[in-house]
Amino acid sequence: MGYPHPSHPRETVVLSRHFGDAPARTYAGWIERGGYVALRKALGMTPDAIIEELKASGLRGRGGAGFPTGLKWSFMPKNDGKPHYLVCNADESEPGTFKDREIMRWTPHALIEGCAIGAYAIGAETCYIYIRGEFTEPLRIMTAAVEEAYAAGALGANAFGSGKRIDIILHRGAGAYICGEETALMNSLEGKRGNPRIKPPFPAQAGLFGMPTTINNVETLAAVPHILNQGCEWYKGLCLSNPKSTGTKLFSVCGQIQKPGNYEVTMGFPMKDLIHDLAGGMRPGRTLKAVIPGGSSVPIMTRDEAEGALCDYEGIIEKGSMLGSAGFIVLDDSADVVYEVYRLAKFYAHESCAQCTQCREGTAWTTKILERILRGEGQTEDLGLLLDLSENMTGKTICVLSDSCAAPIVSGIAKFRGEFDAYLSGARQPTLVGA
Amino acid sequence: MSAAGHAGAHAASGVHEPVFVAAVLAKLEALFPKYPTKQACLLPALWMVQEARGWISPQAMAEVGEVLGLTPAYVRGVVSFYTMYYQHPMGRHVVQVCTTSPCHLCGSSDVLKALLEATQCGELGATSPDGRFTVIEVECLGACGFATPVMIGNDFHDSVAPDRVPELLRGYA
Repeated sequence: MGYPHPSHPRETVVLSRHFGDAPARTYAGWIERGGYVALRKALGMTPDAIIEELKASGLRGRGGAGFPTGLKWSFMPKNDGKPHYLVCNADESEPGTFKDREIMRWTPHALIEGCAIGAYAIGAETCYIYIRGEFTEPLRIMTAAVEEAYAAGALGANAFGSGKRIDIILHRGAGAYICGEETALMNSLEGKRGNPRIKPPFPAQAGLFGMPTTINNVETLAAVPHILNQGCEWYKGLCLSNPKSTGTKLFSVCGQIQKPGNYEVTMGFPMKDLIHDLAGGMRPGRTLKAVIPGGSSVPIMTRDEAEGALCDYEGIIEKGSMLGSAGFIVLDDSADVVYEVYRLAKFYAHESCAQCTQCREGTAWTTKILERILRGEGQTEDLGLLLDLSENMTGKTICVLSDSCAAPIVSGIAKFRGEFDAYLSGARQPTLVGA
Repeated sequence: MSAAGHAGAHAASGVHEPVFVAAVLAKLEALFPKYPTKQACLLPALWMVQEARGWISPQAMAEVGEVLGLTPAYVRGVVSFYTMYYQHPMGRHVVQVCTTSPCHLCGSSDVLKALLEATQCGELGATSPDGRFTVIEVECLGACGFATPVMIGNDFHDSVAPDRVPELLRGYA
């Protein structure tokens, strides 16, 4: 449901069915709602059978990259005698995205159950859930739920009497966007600065503490119990467009929109309907200007691109952007694209870990140049300079933070050039003052 | 951070009262079996320091290093990476306001202005003259659908509008 709004008839509520339903947070409440059936079932299956079921379901990573989950799990070595780890990435910090927060706030046991199944399937006894430092309320709720799950025997040395040990440990971050990048997250969990690591080695070979590790997003893991309960055919059947994108997905809609919230729809749902119907459309007298659909790290879509797009991995690529974490930042005709691009660049400059020169320098200089344009002190060659810097920030670094900064800049200039030119020519009054 | 934010009653004194004694030490030691290395307990240990003292002084960093077998310089390197660890004294209540694009589009600049005025902090990073508040900008609180989110200490407040600010602050002495 589009929490805090009631469910819309066009939503397909699976993950969000119990958003806003506080008793679902307790172990007893979750059992009443059909909880922990999937974990019991999973513990009676072989790990390979679980992985095959997930592969067949078509579930893909919901954190942004869209990598097939079953395939990722199958990369974990077998019988290697090393400890394996499952890590749940609950470091949701992508601007525009606020779905994992609601999963943890309302259905903590769905996540615990998904983590326990995942841990069993990849041969791990320990799952760390890395929760961003600012999520104090989700952390509190998750802490209570994990305690209850231990008390009920779902977790611990002998999970549901299966003879399998499954521990879930909550780990609090401390304010660093980059720790949402999987290798940075592992460094952070190890008690280090959150610098991303060069890949290879990939986490399945040498991840957390140097051991085989799988990292999944909150929403991905929360979907797993539903797939085991209702079967891969059911999940695969949830598809309105491209068969490579299956299931339901939570779309966080925010910015200049009437009813911001999380809307759960079947993959392939038309973006036009999501924005104008489910999320209530534009504020009175306003028209849609642009959408940044993947959280902030993807190219900006024009109104035409957005209204013509289908909401799945392929549908948004087809319209020149990416699904990412599916946080839709909506801009109406009152928005200043130049300012918003500047604000995003400033975000990336602040969050750069500063390991790679292209990112450290690129995010800082693009921010400064955009700032000077907004102050009315831009020079005609500034747009060329921004594009040149952006090119050097794309595909050149250890992680994609720098690419993420470049994406809105390049697409902003390409698609809304007139707004940049207006500042440069003096036709538009400066927005920022002072140095 | 402005110089004003560093001044006031919380200024670092020369003597460091150890944080990791009695219950706090026991709480930290209870974490050790959950990780294969003691180093992995660094972030949790730093949180314990900040919860106890409101910030993380160089002496506290050295103490954490000692407890976990890390050098003070290493600990400082980690502390400085994470924006939520404060390396100087802050107001009793740290107010974090999201001003990133999704919230900016919904008017977070006005909320920030109202907070700076109502707390009498005046500018970002400065502590109010009464030592109650320090207002800082934060890069996305992960609650973009509830613009503008504001955190005061560990409390989360969503959908804050400028006119709600004075009432919101009244609950924090």
